[in-house]
Amino acid sequence: MPHVADALTAETIRISGYGGDEIPAYIAQPVGEGPFGGVVVIHHMPGWDRWSKEVTRRFAASGYLAICPNLHFRAGQGASPEDSAAATRAAGGVPDDQLVGDVDAAARHLRSLPSSNQKLGVIGYCSGGRQSFLAACSLQFEAAVDCYGAGVVGNPPPQYPAAFVPLLGLAPQLSCPLLGLFGADDHFPSPDHVAELDAELTRLGKEHEFHSYEGAVHAFFCVDRPSYRVEAALEGWARVSEFYGRHLSS
Amino acid sequence: MCTYQTETVALQGSGKGVATWFPVTEATVYFDHPQNAPAEHTLNVDFINPARGPSARLAVELTPASARALAEAILASLPPGSDG
Repeated sequence: MPHVADALTAETIRISGYGGDEIPAYIAQPVGEGPFGGVVVIHHMPGWDRWSKEVTRRFAASGYLAICPNLHFRAGQGASPEDSAAATRAAGGVPDDQLVGDVDAAARHLRSLPSSNQKLGVIGYCSGGRQSFLAACSLQFEAAVDCYGAGVVGNPPPQYPAAFVPLLGLAPQLSCPLLGLFGADDHFPSPDHVAELDAELTRLGKEHEFHSYEGAVHAFFCVDRPSYRVEAALEGWARVSEFYGRHLSS
Repeated sequence: MCTYQTETVALQGSGKGVATWFPVTEATVYFDHPQNAPAEHTLNVDFINPARGPSARLAVELTPASARALAEAILASLPPGSDG
């Protein structure tokens, strides 16, 4: 029984993240023996919220082990995810090395599950899009998805925290194929930023496919925000499904 | 976009959070994605007390027009010489 369509279990667990810190992670698993591919979901800047967990469950309902670590947990143990997100933002965001450590912990947890086929993808939205690229350049994955991640290319605005550095120099270390989904009306990343990343990955011979949707702005996947664009989101989800189906299947 | 542009101002006063009143010692002011308001970006103000942890937070997310109106109302409401 490889996978019962739409059947899943979900819960919050603790994993040992960067520096040995215990952090919460929301995990959703398909019903069935597997083997299943896995997906690490990197939440967006507003935090480890309901939408991020809905995305995690969506992957499980589609036959993937899925985990979404709370990247803002350290900002306030016991605080709500919203308050932790605000405190993390005020402190300048999640440091890159901490992000890599936490994603590594989430990936290792998925690989440790008996139903894992040892093939893992990573996906991130908004700030998580940049972090998905960072993780895929720092860790071994089989497929990565960057959803409108700003700050991969181009110098950040002067008000940005000093730690917020462009990632284009890491592109030679990209460990897996990359799917990029962007809004043509987004300003950050702008179409020029997307084109620059596209050109650099092509120059390096890195497998990738980018799609930019007309009429779509930043955060077009978020169903609970005015930025939601139904056509772009439906098309984007179809691209993700095809991409992960190709790279993460047993 | 995630702007990260943040103005931080030291304050003296009180704010009422989810549970109770707490001494407000700072405010962070930023134009970025809201957590709740139905808008792509809002002018957000977090009245906080970092010494009491992230939960000591009174948050508002305002449209730009609302934020300007509020700022003008605050300035208009302060009588001359009230700074002591």
